[in-house]
Amino acid sequence: MSKSLFQKVWEAHTVRTLPGGQTQLLIGTHLIHEVTSPQAFGMLRDLGLKVLMPHRTFATVDHIVPTDQVSEPYADPLADAMIKELRRNCQESGITFFDRATGRQGIVHIVGPEQGITQPGTTIACGDSHTSTHGAFGAIAFGIGTTQIRDVLATQSMAIGRLKVRRINLTGRLQPGVYAKDVILHLIRKLGVNGGTGYAYEYGGEVFERFSMEERMTVCNMSIEGGARAGYVNPDATTFAYLKGRPYAPAGAAWEAAVARWGAFASDPGCVYDDVVDFRGEDIPPTVTWGINPGQGVAINETIPDPAKATAADEKASIEEALAYMKLTPGAPIKGTRIDVAFLGSCTNGRLSDFQEVAKYLKGRRVAPGVKAIAVPGSQGVGVLCASLGIDRVFRDAGFEWRDAGCSMCLAMNPDKLVGDQLCASSSNRNFKGRQGSPTGRTLLMSPLMVAAAAVAGQVADAREVFGLRSPG
Amino acid sequence: MSLEKITTVAGRGVHVPGNDIDTDRIIPARFMKCVTFDGLGEFLFHDVRKSPEGADQPHPLNDPRFQGATILLSGANFGCGSSREHAPQAIQKHGFRAVVAESFAEIFFGNCIALGIPCLGVGRDDIRKIAAAVESRPDVEITIDIAKGEIRFAGQTVKATLRESAREALVGGRWDAIGDLLEGVGDVKRVAARLPYLAV
Ligand code: SF4
Repeated sequence: MSKSLFQKVWEAHTVRTLPGGQTQLLIGTHLIHEVTSPQAFGMLRDLGLKVLMPHRTFATVDHIVPTDQVSEPYADPLADAMIKELRRNCQESGITFFDRATGRQGIVHIVGPEQGITQPGTTIACGDSHTSTHGAFGAIAFGIGTTQIRDVLATQSMAIGRLKVRRINLTGRLQPGVYAKDVILHLIRKLGVNGGTGYAYEYGGEVFERFSMEERMTVCNMSIEGGARAGYVNPDATTFAYLKGRPYAPAGAAWEAAVARWGAFASDPGCVYDDVVDFRGEDIPPTVTWGINPGQGVAINETIPDPAKATAADEKASIEEALAYMKLTPGAPIKGTRIDVAFLGSCTNGRLSDFQEVAKYLKGRRVAPGVKAIAVPGSQGVGVLCASLGIDRVFRDAGFEWRDAGCSMCLAMNPDKLVGDQLCASSSNRNFKGRQGSPTGRTLLMSPLMVAAAAVAGQVADAREVFGLRSPG
Repeated sequence: MSLEKITTVAGRGVHVPGNDIDTDRIIPARFMKCVTFDGLGEFLFHDVRKSPEGADQPHPLNDPRFQGATILLSGANFGCGSSREHAPQAIQKHGFRAVVAESFAEIFFGNCIALGIPCLGVGRDDIRKIAAAVESRPDVEITIDIAKGEIRFAGQTVKATLRESAREALVGGRWDAIGDLLEGVGDVKRVAARLPYLAV
């Protein structure tokens, strides 16, 4: 019988059915960071339990770590305490910790793939909702809460109900100036922020087949913003080429065997999905959010929605709420909205290709006066690669601050925050109220190149126009 | 491990209206700088309850009429966004024992059940009815009957849905999975031994 990747991975990792009806699922790879794990270690201690398979948990620091201060103690004593706590927990339990001194530190969802820890056909859990990122490799990856972190530490498994699978086909080609970020913002806009409830999303079709691993990661990363518990792309030659030679990838004779195994996890032709939806690459525009959830987006050439034109009462109320918070004018073009801050980074768009693509166009340009622009590589590895290619220089010369690796202004648990009601053009994944550190701060999500265009123009702009990309039609 | 069997929750309610209330709103990220969950209750809905200067803003949770409520009522897709367990922890530490909403985001729902916080889904019109009852008489007692899947208040009864596995977990006192999972550790090791990537 033909099966989907989800089914195969699920079956390979099923331990047993629990008395309550859920599945006890083996979690092969566990990733932890400083914010959601300390309480889990505390719970373990309270219960007198030990970490079952310490060699299958990997730790890094990302959320709280300052990106403009390298040496400890950090200026924020709470941040300093949390990072020391993680270090202590890892040492006591024998867990590998990609501390800053290792040169391998970074955002957990960037570090896993970069180190070759993220592999096809595996199950991955991490106390962070964007764990769905790892699905780009054909892994089934779940974001979990702290109690479940405790469960995985103690039993290398967790209790979970089986998901349904929705296949999302993206045929054709993307237009110039349209990126993976636009794809996922468009999908969420069309399928809704809770359209994925109960599902894992399987992304496929020509667009995904052509995508690099980094582009696949950008899309899988935001599956959770569409309500899906996980998202994945079937492993193929692109996946294997990415993994080859990475520190934790199999090597030598083991490599060929691993590739054969990995390939076999891909969904079989003709397998049955619980749902299938089709999109055309040509239909996807550069997309920008105007509201307070990632589904509230418009094409760059569209206008901000007018609640007066909403058809349903619900829709009207949510537009009104969003606009009241965003202080935007209904019916006005989104293009031309003045920005205060430009943020380029995060686990969605903080990888080498993101900075590389922007640097191509940013060369010789300047950030508009009055705009604070920061670029934050997602990992130390990304930072080193950018430096070796002179990319950091391009950003610095343009007036961007170039930082050390971390989550930075994606959620602002570190010194990088919006102030007052500043408006930020951001390559991150969430535009919730207060997300970027100020209770009244405002976030517009967009692709890295659109962030750069906004930084240069001082306002939301069409990157194709600002940078002279060939505009279609 | 023996856990409380949660079959009913009774208490007063408070309605926090709105759809897509995300976990950043339930507990803003800056309050997650902590190595234990103690004390989080104080910061529940902080940024909508307080002005930037720290003064109380109009919010149901600040309304003296609803002090002491143990049942939180809200709209659709409650708890979307971040997987932070700080959100249900803040709800629980604030004194809430159940959440009744039109629908819930998945990770949030699972996190709540694991803490023994029932999350009941109720149709929009029924939420309105309960909210109206609470509004007109804040001390009205709401009884959530988890086993029967219904909510009773002020002489009325409405249907409430709860995923079967969650219902069984609550009613059977198995909502914290750790006991069950520990029993399966032998099987975990057997399955792990079949998977090449887990070899030491
Ligand atoms: S970059 Fe943002 S979304 Fe990603 S892990 Fe860090 S805080 Fe979470």
